[in-house]
Amino acid sequence: MKRHAKFLIGGAVIAAALAYMIYAGVTQSVVYFVTPSELSAAPVTGKAYRLGGMVEKGSMRWEPRSLDLSFRLSDGKATIPVRHRGTPPDLFGEGRGAVVEGSWAGDGYFKATTILAKHSEDYQAPDPASAERHKEMIKTLSGDTR
Amino acid sequence: MWGALEGSIVLWAWMLSLYTLLLILRHRENARDLYPWALSVMLGVLSFFVLVMTLPAPPFERLTPIPANGRGLNPLLEDTGMITHPVALYLGFTGFTVPFAFAMAALATGRLSDAWIATTRRWTIVAWYFLSLGLLIGGWWSYHVLGWGGYWAWDPVENAAFMPWLTGTAFLHSVMIQERRRMLKLWNVGLVVMTFALTLFGTFLTRSGVIASVHAFTQGTIGVFFLSFLALVVLLALALLAFRWDDLRGQGSLDSVISRESTFLLNNVMLVAAAFTVFFGTVFPLVSEALRGVKVSVGAPFFNQVNVPLFLALIFLMGVGPLIAWRRASVDNLKRNFLWPVLIGIVSAAVFFALGIRSTLAVLTFALTMFVAATVALDLVRATRARLRMQERLIPAVGGLLLRHNRRYGGFLVHVGILVIAVGVTGSHAWSVQTETTLKTGETATLAGYSFRFDGLRASEESNHFKVTGAFTVTNGTTRAVTLLPAKKFYPQEQSPIAYVDYRLGLVDDLYLVLGDFARDGSQATVKMQVNRLVSWIWIGGLILTLGAALAILPDRKPAR
Repeated sequence: MKRHAKFLIGGAVIAAALAYMIYAGVTQSVVYFVTPSELSAAPVTGKAYRLGGMVEKGSMRWEPRSLDLSFRLSDGKATIPVRHRGTPPDLFGEGRGAVVEGSWAGDGYFKATTILAKHSEDYQAPDPASAERHKEMIKTLSGDTR
Repeated sequence: MWGALEGSIVLWAWMLSLYTLLLILRHRENARDLYPWALSVMLGVLSFFVLVMTLPAPPFERLTPIPANGRGLNPLLEDTGMITHPVALYLGFTGFTVPFAFAMAALATGRLSDAWIATTRRWTIVAWYFLSLGLLIGGWWSYHVLGWGGYWAWDPVENAAFMPWLTGTAFLHSVMIQERRRMLKLWNVGLVVMTFALTLFGTFLTRSGVIASVHAFTQGTIGVFFLSFLALVVLLALALLAFRWDDLRGQGSLDSVISRESTFLLNNVMLVAAAFTVFFGTVFPLVSEALRGVKVSVGAPFFNQVNVPLFLALIFLMGVGPLIAWRRASVDNLKRNFLWPVLIGIVSAAVFFALGIRSTLAVLTFALTMFVAATVALDLVRATRARLRMQERLIPAVGGLLLRHNRRYGGFLVHVGILVIAVGVTGSHAWSVQTETTLKTGETATLAGYSFRFDGLRASEESNHFKVTGAFTVTNGTTRAVTLLPAKKFYPQEQSPIAYVDYRLGLVDDLYLVLGDFARDGSQATVKMQVNRLVSWIWIGGLILTLGAALAILPDRKPAR
């Protein structure tokens, strides 16, 4: 019986440690997902959020030399200005959905550390106009000005 | 071929029928009493997948309206890794159906002797081998295609494959206790059921679109089907367990805390705990959204924070388990087996510290690794010496040892593989560096002693896409200059360009370049530069691990008299 008790106590200690680790881990690293209206209603400075919305047309500014990217995320009701340092991901673009992770900076903008662009699942027929644009791009890049 | 939801269900069913065929061929004669039951379970599971195929997710349905030109494969998936990854992974997933079928057969017939365990064990190693391979190939794909410089993101889809791997690993260890000491019968059946249920759950997670994740290329409405089947499986298994409860009580009991049994038990607790934390982190967002209506995400920090201590403990046990005595380890036994390894561990910790490694986690992991490696070496040296005394020569002695005791040394080889992977994971976390910058043609940026010179952009038209390539010359003063050509590919059927990573693998440093934005006139480009440390160790360790598993699958060779 004594041996049995030893194993029971050992098991309880392990279970308690595990429960604590999970609890601590979750409270520290859970990130709340908010929409622009939810965030603008009650922004908490410095708290980590995931903010999801549509990148407003005409709002994107990209400065390659300084790597400064800024744009506005909207859900139709509210708009949040977002700033980020670094190249936007391939799927990112105006008029498309995007989720950014970061925090509310306090002085009126959302400071994003990561941008997760959303991939549209809808089928799109190949666009002949875009193929033309790509051909054009190849011409300029290869210095072919004929 | 095996794209999207429907394709994956076809692949599942296909693999499962393959396993069923193998089971028929192998066990029709030698497992008479269990065979009919096991076969029925296999066919039952198979019919579920065929049902899914016919009702909610028919694979060969016609597309309406007929698109002008097929969308084609997502270009990110055009890679050899992505051709083999799903096959290996699903061979692993479906492979766990066989142990489950035998466990159910044993419960149903009441023949809970060790016959089903012996039959199941090799099947489990086969499934485990493929699942490990699938996970490794997935990591490699993520690393060299996705362009974020990582190999594991604790994405729900990765977790879905990792959980059955953890419980399957636990079963492979605890089964030895049952073979040797007739203990843990109930626990073993439980692990088999859990592993199988987790493979179903994993398929549900990835294929029902329940979690919107970067991997979820597919969506579907078959969630209900999967959940009902999962519930049915678990309920049936529990009912059978309750029915045979009395027969499942173990015959042996634990004699001492310091014994091989309790080491293995602790290993099992840690593995299942790891599986549980991964499960918790994966479903927490779902539960939170369903119950509280609050969308949250649980990121990599959670998984790392909780799992790192568990994995470190597992590595330690990996050194202790194979050498410690059964039943009760005497002080003498401990001294004989662990004095040198512990000393080597401590000395190497001091050496690593003296070499300038200041990350506590890295020093700890490396020291533990050295400790475990020393136990493996100690065992191998002792066994070889014993053979050498019997007038064998060195090479035949080692070879004979590995082949005769292929399960033991296959296991050791897997352990060594895990150690090498652990070094790679630790190193890449502690020492990888990256930066992002915009360069004009001819400009140079430096990172970690390497200089990256931007030599200009070039555009070209490929068979199915347009490509803009940046040329970079990388030197660190000592080695020969390397040219890296990261690119952006423009596919007419895709909304956005796709980055094409260029990299140079090395034993210590991987050079890794991702082309970001570029000026349309070709004068400047933004580039993400990474120097990733020790990542290659993960692939080397993976190779060792799969070799070890393959060795363990080989048929046992009984010593010739």
